[in-house]
Amino acid sequence: MDLQFSTAEQEFRAEARAWLAKHVPAGRLPSLETEAGFAAHREWERELQADRWAVVSWPREYGGRGATLLQWLTFEEEYYAAGAPGRVTQNGINLLAPTLFEHGSAEQRARILPEMADGTVVWAQAWSEPGAGSDLAALRSTARRTNGGWLLDGSKTWSSRAAFADNAFGLFRSTPVEESGARHRGLTYLMFPLDAPGVTVRPIGRLDGRPAFAELFLDQVFVPDRDVIGTAGQGWRAAMSTAGNERGLTLRSPGRFLAAADRLVALWRRLGDPADTALAERVADAVIRARAYQLSAFAAASRIAEGAAVGAESSLNKIYWSELDIALHETALDLLGPDGELLDRPDGRDDWADGYVFALAGPIYGGTNEIQRDIVAERLLGLPKGRRG
Amino acid sequence: MRFLLDTEQRDFAASLDALLGAADTPAVIRARAAGDPAPARALWRRLGDAGVFALAVPEEYGGVGLLPVELMVACVELGRHAVPGPVAESLAASVLLDRAGVAAPAARWLPRAASGEAALTVPPLSLRHDPSPLRPSPPEPSPLRAAPADGGYAADPDLAGTVLRVDGDTLAEAPSQGPLLCSLDPARLLGRPGDGTPLATGPQVAAAAAEAAGVGALATAALALGTGRRLLAGTVEYVGTRVQFGTPIGGFQAVKHRLADVLLQLEFAEPLLHAAAVALEDGRPGATADVAAAKAACGEAGYAAARAALQLHGAIGYTDEFDLSLWIRRARVLRTAWGGPAECRRAVLAARAGVLTGRT
Repeated sequence: MDLQFSTAEQEFRAEARAWLAKHVPAGRLPSLETEAGFAAHREWERELQADRWAVVSWPREYGGRGATLLQWLTFEEEYYAAGAPGRVTQNGINLLAPTLFEHGSAEQRARILPEMADGTVVWAQAWSEPGAGSDLAALRSTARRTNGGWLLDGSKTWSSRAAFADNAFGLFRSTPVEESGARHRGLTYLMFPLDAPGVTVRPIGRLDGRPAFAELFLDQVFVPDRDVIGTAGQGWRAAMSTAGNERGLTLRSPGRFLAAADRLVALWRRLGDPADTALAERVADAVIRARAYQLSAFAAASRIAEGAAVGAESSLNKIYWSELDIALHETALDLLGPDGELLDRPDGRDDWADGYVFALAGPIYGGTNEIQRDIVAERLLGLPKGRRG
Repeated sequence: MRFLLDTEQRDFAASLDALLGAADTPAVIRARAAGDPAPARALWRRLGDAGVFALAVPEEYGGVGLLPVELMVACVELGRHAVPGPVAESLAASVLLDRAGVAAPAARWLPRAASGEAALTVPPLSLRHDPSPLRPSPPEPSPLRAAPADGGYAADPDLAGTVLRVDGDTLAEAPSQGPLLCSLDPARLLGRPGDGTPLATGPQVAAAAAEAAGVGALATAALALGTGRRLLAGTVEYVGTRVQFGTPIGGFQAVKHRLADVLLQLEFAEPLLHAAAVALEDGRPGATADVAAAKAACGEAGYAAARAALQLHGAIGYTDEFDLSLWIRRARVLRTAWGGPAECRRAVLAARAGVLTGRT
């Protein structure tokens, strides 16, 4: 048992660090959840990918570096330690791309992945519906067969990044439940442009008012057959591999939390009241939990390298990082005291409020933490299945 | 990097698990609590034969050298089975005797400690954070200063061949004085070391004590994690069979979520424990912070498991006669022994703040 990086891994880290030191913008980009910020982040993705740093774990033919999981973890540590911008392309990279690698066609991969990697096409997800949140299989939007493709009808909501994104992906009911016999059957996984005829995008303000997500109304939106992922009617299985990814290792890399914990320690050194030992303990706890998350990823990478599959433990990850993220930001806001509430401080310092608002969504999206606890109890502990599902 | 136990380490754990599973440790604990230490001494000897105590004793005294990873693996299993006696204390005291440069007492006690013939004990030693040469300016705030850790009591002097005591940079052999005191954990008795006979004085004692503190904290963290694992397993089994309102109570979401949270804490404490063992093995600077992080997380995870176990067993868990309540009571003690959560967090924060100050 060891925590040693190989020479190749250390060289990879050094190369990433050197590149980031040269390229990471000095000031913070405007918030990702604004039109100007979205454009600035898209531009950053182009710069990142110009030197093949946007999707290091992808195969080279699609713009990656074929990096191992451990190299990816290393890159992420360096990326966030360098204070590099949030990733506007992450929904596509973390949710859609793994599904395309697993269930997509070679044509789809060649057509879609390179433009996803450099931010030319930014993807939004279209999972939830007004009546289908945690209970995703209750979805009612439909895909009807038509000449050469499908016609989509219905509405999707909480579609992250859809206010400014280019394309979306999601599940649609292509066979009514009465015919398919089960809610999880007869679903088809489709991709469509957000500016296609029949699509209406209504941005929704999140807690700070910024349009971080949107509602989508679909009225006979034509989607050609080439934009079906996997087999029509069998979208649930493909979608679940994506959902597993959203909860798993890839959505939230340990590097984010290590960097945030270090920023928090620095903030505490600057502003912390030495007499406030309770607050100091919370800072220390954030350091410990970020480290635990990192080490847990190293252990998982070791298991995966030996051929193990990631299963329901991804639900443990999701609960852990989402609650850690909130604790980190709450502690920072408490340290900042009255200054903590300021959004977009003119001096650009100590901006934790934007991250706080973002963190608050963590326990909700990607399967609420209540659903995750059900999964942990049932699949990891073997407790009886409840009424859900 | 391969951050996983190897096959030999897993096999070692499995063999201890099997040995202890057949040893009826609850009966051993109850006998000891009733004044009969013979079964505990016999069990201790068997663990010595299995090689557990040799893991903190160098070869010249019949051990295998200090092997922190294997020691940690063993202590998880000893915790899983609630082995009575001064486990962490004896392992730490072995390191203390070996490193303090006291040849005669080391030659007298370490071979017997390694074989399990005699336990050793010592009051918990304080986990001091690494003195940083990069002292920040302005001076570090007061919460960083480590507080004295212990109440001065040594665990289980009645089961120990000798009692050690560290006072500043002096090491003494100090048999306990006065009556032994009862602990919340019925498997444990506490004694206060007397003045005793000084064995050595000097910086080597302070260095030995610092290293022994790390081993004691690592061992206690491992015991706590093993305790928590057993509590979770026992409680999962119980709620799967206990029927109320016509259904196993393990089907209720409130019960499921509470147990999911226990698993969450245990699963994320474990990598910290493994990393702490690796850090001690490598003798890495910053090992103290890794051990402190592991101790805080394992101590709290084990205790969370105990609270959930008590609550979900209902009244039966609150009884002296119910075996799992031996684990429930032990978890509380392990949480604070050899560095409570607050002390450990101070050490972690001091170390991290020191690293960051050095970096900028």
